[in-house]
Amino acid sequence: MEVVQMQRAWVEYTKSLFREGFLDAQFQQLQLLQDESNPDFVAEVVSLFFEDSERLLSDLTFALEQQSVDFKKVDAHVHQLKGSSSSIGAQRVKNDCIAFRSFCEEQNVEGCQRCLQQVKQDYSLVKSKLEALIRLEQQIVAAGGSIPMEELSF
Amino acid sequence: MATAGEILRRSLADEVGVSKGSVSGSEELHVLAVDDSFVDRKVIERLLKISSCKVTVVESGSRALQYLGLDGEKSSVAFNDLKINLIMTDYSMPGMTGYELLKKIKESSAFREIPVVIMSSENILARIDRCLEEGAEEYILKPVKLSDVKRIKDVIMGGDGEQKKRRSVRKRGREDCFYSLSQPPLVQSASSSAFDFLPSELQSSSPFSTLSLSKRPKLQTRD
Repeated sequence: MEVVQMQRAWVEYTKSLFREGFLDAQFQQLQLLQDESNPDFVAEVVSLFFEDSERLLSDLTFALEQQSVDFKKVDAHVHQLKGSSSSIGAQRVKNDCIAFRSFCEEQNVEGCQRCLQQVKQDYSLVKSKLEALIRLEQQIVAAGGSIPMEELSF
Repeated sequence: MATAGEILRRSLADEVGVSKGSVSGSEELHVLAVDDSFVDRKVIERLLKISSCKVTVVESGSRALQYLGLDGEKSSVAFNDLKINLIMTDYSMPGMTGYELLKKIKESSAFREIPVVIMSSENILARIDRCLEEGAEEYILKPVKLSDVKRIKDVIMGGDGEQKKRRSVRKRGREDCFYSLSQPPLVQSASSSAFDFLPSELQSSSPFSTLSLSKRPKLQTRD
């Protein structure tokens, strides 16, 4: 694929992620922080987010499997996940965490387990989409092009 | 015996290093950022660097105190050399919260003049109030944006007078206020009796505490 085609694909893909609510304005903030001196910033933050999230989702799974669920602990994990997803603009995951916290407060195990499933699903979706987006960016740069951030105004 | 040159250097260091608002245009603002989240540390570091600040990032309140030499251990770094101009700390951290860190800093004669900004994802008026009362320069809502950092930097590096004395609560915009209203009350329950004392921008927020009604007028005059 030609650079111009890849750039166009990048713009369309990014716009669709915002439109479908996978990403919000905070992701754009991160993109603003990337430049020639820090060309991998977004990829680096996103990868930290993946590491963090996987650890938290695993901790959450373990905590909710216990005979007697420690809701304080569950809530603490969800709070962290909410924080990091919010910081990178992973909107669906963040919103799932907000709902999750309500169930923690109610000490509703089933509600929490349903939320956990929802978070895992949305996390998995946003992960694959972000990976695809970053791969596309890397292809553009490898072909000598630049990421057309300025075309994202909408 | 100190020479005139040494005395001059020391007093300059005092001015630049410890007091706020006296960083000259040619000096970089040195910010100490404190956050237990990997993601947030990476983001705040970049936000500050891109805003031409020198940054030191640590993962906890106790590490921050260690860095400042306030942990009781003998520090090899004389505090004048640190020249921290601003501390930005997350509120919710395990161990020592941002609020507890704020208190420790304000209790220290060496560092109490350094402005402290609290960052939090939670829009809880009682918490905001508590932090501002304890001397926080600002309480900003996460996720932190470039415009937040720019504004804070302008305030810190800005002139004397009103701006330095301001204790203001920054809200992102209407949708954020409303979002917190839709959440179940996280802290104290609402009381409407003190509503009249609040400036209109704070009246639009969700449940606030019944603490210290006598402090309300103080909050008002700061605006």
